Amino acid sequence: MESIGVLMVCPMNSYLEHELEKRFNLFRFWTVPEKSAFLATNKNSIRAVVGNSSAGADAELIEVLPKLEIVASFSVGLDKIDLAKCKEKGIRVTNTPDVLTDDVADLAIGLMLAVLRKLCESDRYVRSGKWKKGDYRLTTKFTGKKVGIIGLGRIGMAVAKRAEAFSCPISYYSRTEKPEIKYKYYPGVVELAANCDILVVACSLTEETLHIINREVIDALGPKGVLINVGRGPHVDEPELVSALVERRLGGAGLDVFEHEPEVPEELFGLDNLVLLPHVGSGTVETRQAMADLVIGNLEAHFLNKPLLTPVV
Amino acid sequence: MAPENPSHPSENDLPYVLILKPPPSFVIFGDRFFNSTKFRFLKAYESPLPLAHFLLAHAQSVQAILSSGGAPVTADTIRLMPLLRLVVTTSQGLNHIDLSECRRRGIVVASAGTIYSADCADSVVALLIDVLRKVSAADRFVKQGLWSSQGEYPLGSKLGGKRVGIVGLGSIGSEVAKRLEAFGCSISYNSRKKKPFCSYPFYLNVRELAANCDALIICCALTDETHHLINKEVLSALGKDGVIVNIARGPIMDEKELVRCLVEGEIRGAGLDVFEHEPDVPNELFALDNVVMSPHNAVFTWESFEDLRKLVVGNLEAFFSNEPLLTPVGLDDQPHFSG
Repeated sequence: MESIGVLMVCPMNSYLEHELEKRFNLFRFWTVPEKSAFLATNKNSIRAVVGNSSAGADAELIEVLPKLEIVASFSVGLDKIDLAKCKEKGIRVTNTPDVLTDDVADLAIGLMLAVLRKLCESDRYVRSGKWKKGDYRLTTKFTGKKVGIIGLGRIGMAVAKRAEAFSCPISYYSRTEKPEIKYKYYPGVVELAANCDILVVACSLTEETLHIINREVIDALGPKGVLINVGRGPHVDEPELVSALVERRLGGAGLDVFEHEPEVPEELFGLDNLVLLPHVGSGTVETRQAMADLVIGNLEAHFLNKPLLTPVV
Repeated sequence: MAPENPSHPSENDLPYVLILKPPPSFVIFGDRFFNSTKFRFLKAYESPLPLAHFLLAHAQSVQAILSSGGAPVTADTIRLMPLLRLVVTTSQGLNHIDLSECRRRGIVVASAGTIYSADCADSVVALLIDVLRKVSAADRFVKQGLWSSQGEYPLGSKLGGKRVGIVGLGSIGSEVAKRLEAFGCSISYNSRKKKPFCSYPFYLNVRELAANCDALIICCALTDETHHLINKEVLSALGKDGVIVNIARGPIMDEKELVRCLVEGEIRGAGLDVFEHEPDVPNELFALDNVVMSPHNAVFTWESFEDLRKLVVGNLEAFFSNEPLLTPVGLDDQPHFSG
């Protein structure tokens, strides 16, 4: 298999790079100075693309790789892959579901706790020496708060299960109501936002869910409400969110993702009701290894003509 | 003078409750926070007299004290109040009250009961996730503008599947266990006595518990037995991948030893709400990204303070109406703390 060309579109994991190199002819796209020239030279040997949440395989890239057979994403999200184009050309697509569900859900709860209980601010307070001058102020209790979840897939359900252990009543919005689920369903995001204290984005990014968090939803969530985004940056109309936070029309936010990562609106840096993370939802040693193993497993299965482990297309 | 209405006794007839120092709620909300029509407060801290003189002059017929963590009720104080029958405390801990002297005198102690348990447990989970997933450190990284220049943030460690060892499986410890189970953690514990009807594995000593867990959570009371319970031996047993979280009392940990272990990388990290000499915190910790610190505010939420207000007023009103207290402490069961 050493002659099979695999194009990794951006750096994502050194263990994955190392393992891919052992098995395939790995091209690290980000180290190439002249990308069009590189593609022209190597297009006939590249049979697989490995992408992640930052970069995948858009129509342009797919068109330029005539021998492309499989796109394996080091992520569960597929928004950086032109799925329609892949279907059209018979290109297989795989992702990394399930292995990262726990970590993302854990982080969503961690963000809720950190925002409501002002944990990062408390830590700043101690480190700055201010505790010697007086106690930090009161924060908001998390237990019992109403949690509204957008998207009740694997991650949404895992968030719900954890929040229930804190006696949080759970409600949700999703494309269709799930009759077997005991949580309260709202047929619209605005209604969900109006009826919860903490709103969590846990759905996939599609044309329909782009900017699903808009001004109307933010207004419904209100000055005591908290937004948690562990989905994708474009789920949120970011300029609207920024002005709502700066003007205190929204109570707080815990954000792991942004519209133009790694750029984060600087107006947010000084606010004390926000926790901002650099897209670390699946960022643990254990989970990234499991994700890498899935990517490798899928690629090996494909080139050995065995069933794919986690196919999407 | 206005005529007195028998069904509304004037302020001057109300029994006194002694306060030695203002509790945190007075500092935050003002000194009418626990007001009631059934009692009034005698504020020792408003008098220029030294405490002993004040008590002799003004507290000889006082039956109740409202205490808080920073206002200890010592044997000396108790002995200067011949009619003292009740101590109500606003804090979760009882280590600031001379329980032996109370027991000897038949003085009843009313605690905070379980009103703080949810907030404490929430703080434990918050600190644990923060340490393992580097939440505060990563938040600093982003807010200093480093994400675009420095690229990816270092990986954390998965919470799911971690073995959690709880020291002290009381109300707070049980709430911690319930929450962490939902994250896929396995729970074991050490307590003064094994709990009947509890399926979590029990360890007779803390060192053994530490050797068999990935995250050690301190939820026990500070007593003579638990002072410096978490020592060099326990930290060594916890090991370089282990994490410790303390929301109980600073002196339960040998702080010097903890700092040394953290600085030298002998344990993975720590989440600390309490310290041996608050509000002083060892400076060496400020340089560490694997330590998360909070200023003893695990229970400082609006909601808990409102619950506290109702509980304190409820206990005091019950006492003065000769009704059962809401949260009396069984003193025979309490271990000693010599302070």
